[in-house]
Amino acid sequence: MNTKLLTAILLGSSVLCSAGAAFAQDATLTIESWRNDDLAIWQDKLIPAFEAKNPGIKVVFSPSAPTEYNAALNAKLDAGSAGDIITCRPFDASLDLYTKGKLADLTSLSGMENFSDVAKSAWTTDDGKATFCVPMASVIHGFIYNKDAFDQLGITPPATEDEFFAALDKIKADGTFVPMAMGTKDLWEAATMGYQNIGPNYWHGEEGRLALLKGEQKLTDPQWVEPFATLAKWKPYLGDGFEAQTYPDSQNLFTLGRAAIFPAGSWEISVFNTQAQFKMGAFPPPVKKAGDTCYISDHTDIGIGLNAASKSPDAAKTFLTWVASPEFAEIYANALPGFFSLNSTPVKMADPLAQEFVSWRDKCKSTIRSTYQILSRGTPNLENETWVESANVINGTDTPEVAAKKLQDGLDSWYKPAK
Amino acid sequence: MILTLHGSGPVGVRGNVVRLDAMKAFYVHAELDRDRAETEHMTAPAASKRPFRWHIAIFLAPAVLVYTAIMILPLFGTLQLALFRNIAQSQVFVGLDNFRTLFGDPNWSVNFWNALRNNVWFFIIHMLVQNPIGVVLAALLSSPKLHFSAFYRTAIFIPTILSFVIVGFAWKLILSPLWGVAPNLLDLIGLKSLFTPWLGKEDYALTTLGLISVWQFIGIPMMLIYAALLSIPDEVIEAAECDGVTGMAQFWKIKLPLILPAIGIISILTFVGNFNAFDLIYSAQGALAGPNYSTDILGTFLYRAFFGFQLQVGDPNMGAAIATMMFLIILVGVCIYLFLIQTRLRRYQF
Repeated sequence: MNTKLLTAILLGSSVLCSAGAAFAQDATLTIESWRNDDLAIWQDKLIPAFEAKNPGIKVVFSPSAPTEYNAALNAKLDAGSAGDIITCRPFDASLDLYTKGKLADLTSLSGMENFSDVAKSAWTTDDGKATFCVPMASVIHGFIYNKDAFDQLGITPPATEDEFFAALDKIKADGTFVPMAMGTKDLWEAATMGYQNIGPNYWHGEEGRLALLKGEQKLTDPQWVEPFATLAKWKPYLGDGFEAQTYPDSQNLFTLGRAAIFPAGSWEISVFNTQAQFKMGAFPPPVKKAGDTCYISDHTDIGIGLNAASKSPDAAKTFLTWVASPEFAEIYANALPGFFSLNSTPVKMADPLAQEFVSWRDKCKSTIRSTYQILSRGTPNLENETWVESANVINGTDTPEVAAKKLQDGLDSWYKPAK
Repeated sequence: MILTLHGSGPVGVRGNVVRLDAMKAFYVHAELDRDRAETEHMTAPAASKRPFRWHIAIFLAPAVLVYTAIMILPLFGTLQLALFRNIAQSQVFVGLDNFRTLFGDPNWSVNFWNALRNNVWFFIIHMLVQNPIGVVLAALLSSPKLHFSAFYRTAIFIPTILSFVIVGFAWKLILSPLWGVAPNLLDLIGLKSLFTPWLGKEDYALTTLGLISVWQFIGIPMMLIYAALLSIPDEVIEAAECDGVTGMAQFWKIKLPLILPAIGIISILTFVGNFNAFDLIYSAQGALAGPNYSTDILGTFLYRAFFGFQLQVGDPNMGAAIATMMFLIILVGVCIYLFLIQTRLRRYQF
């Protein structure tokens, strides 16, 4: 039923648009995307805002199912039937399209100066010379907490690691709440919400990540092993039977008010806002000592690029420049709290939780998940192994040192850093 | 974000790759059966020259063509794919290099042997639990004194027709330490202390999944053996009773020898089914078959290699090499059964 409706809407809009184009001249741009959840936002908010400013350019948002997107897009690009604007997956999937000449080079696009190098890293060639997608949104890691529970127990959001564990001890001693809602069953929770969440504080964000890429640091160095050691200390604070607790279990445990802290990614915000009946707050990953610089994982997730075979590249560039503008950022970030604009200009957001998350960008340094760029190209796959080992460390199957050694050995077997 | 993490892979496509191994094995099996039947039952044909019987070819054609197109060709396609490797965007013939990688490179071989070991354990659970219980259930069902046997038969068979996905999720919920009924039920009988999050513990996860699979498929051996038991003529049973062989002795001395061929067929079905298993593990534990790869079987290992997972890019060539190994393992198993076991089974004709 839904698909039918969607098809009808798309069909209708494309017919209308082509009819419109016939009168109003110029160009019709079609956007390829996997974000079919965002269809309404594009049609009701983003596209009208753009078209009002740029008469003569029509835009059609044409999403496909997330699981089919990569394959469908590749097929369409090969057949020459893909839309003008391509929504970019981060890292290798898009890089592959660029090296095959399917995506145009956007390094000199006006508006690109609005983005930092970290923001662009997901859509930049390995040598950093060319950028081929405009960064659209990122997700930030941190901890969401149950404000009512914290008030009841007289806890303030912890800033340092000692305070963090003191708070956990207090919640545990009280016994009303499960201190932390996380399970190791689905593996990725332990890696993404655990290791990649708290890790940047230890390896100093970009500094450590780039050193790892260059081969100057190893995963067995102390700054990469320590996050594992901290994760191992989480074990007593997780709920009963956390070994078999899945990600949806954790979400429900928290939104039902049975857990006090949820190691989170900002994409939870809109889900939690509708489900939780209590007040929520958020704090960034605690630093080791008060006054240390804090680092956050501000992971690039969605970008938008130009089909190299587009028939109206100028109109498409006008559109992309608009996507790079603060105006787009503001509409987008407010429509989808939790998916943050990567634009350097601060965006005003109405959602308090989203505001809290994004405020960390000012006081902390941003980085992306350490395993995503380049390091997960070979076998064994570093990202997958990090999932398994993070869960192993929390379960107590492996010590932090053993886990780190396994990861480094796996990486060494295929990755030769460029000298 | 959530969508990319939870997107399930194209399971159906993989189905073809693996199942065709099973079907091939069956094909060999069926063919050998037929050959034997022919040599046993057919008298030597008249030597006189007959015209070529076209109608046989024509009647066979639809099945042969469809089977060739969707089973035999993909099978050879898989075998061929295993001999190539993608180098600089083009498929290059590399001989047995993929197999050398699979067995020589510890990054692959450790996973392969782990998956094979787990698979063997998965099979052993089925052989030790599913099939004996299936025989017992069938024997109970065929007892004339049992009331409501049709009800029991249906109730026990129903899980077999459920989808793997439903079974996987239902059991995940039943065993969930947070919302599951298992902890409460154990509490009711005072055994709460026995509860652990089975699916999350390295030591128990695979055995638990094996038992879930047994729960699901117990109906199949039960039905086949039930049918075999029913086909035993009453005269044989009566003769046994006249000779004073009754009760348990009757089962062991008369019925069991008569249903041994059915048990043999069930064993081989179990073997093929287990070594092609994938769905239950995938739906309950995910493609990484956690915790710490303890539930990784050949099917999930193949899936990760062939289609990739998350950031891991799929490698169809290595995937095909693993699929080929699965095919060979199943082929060897089926051959051992056919040549060493089935030929020694005595069949009785009534």
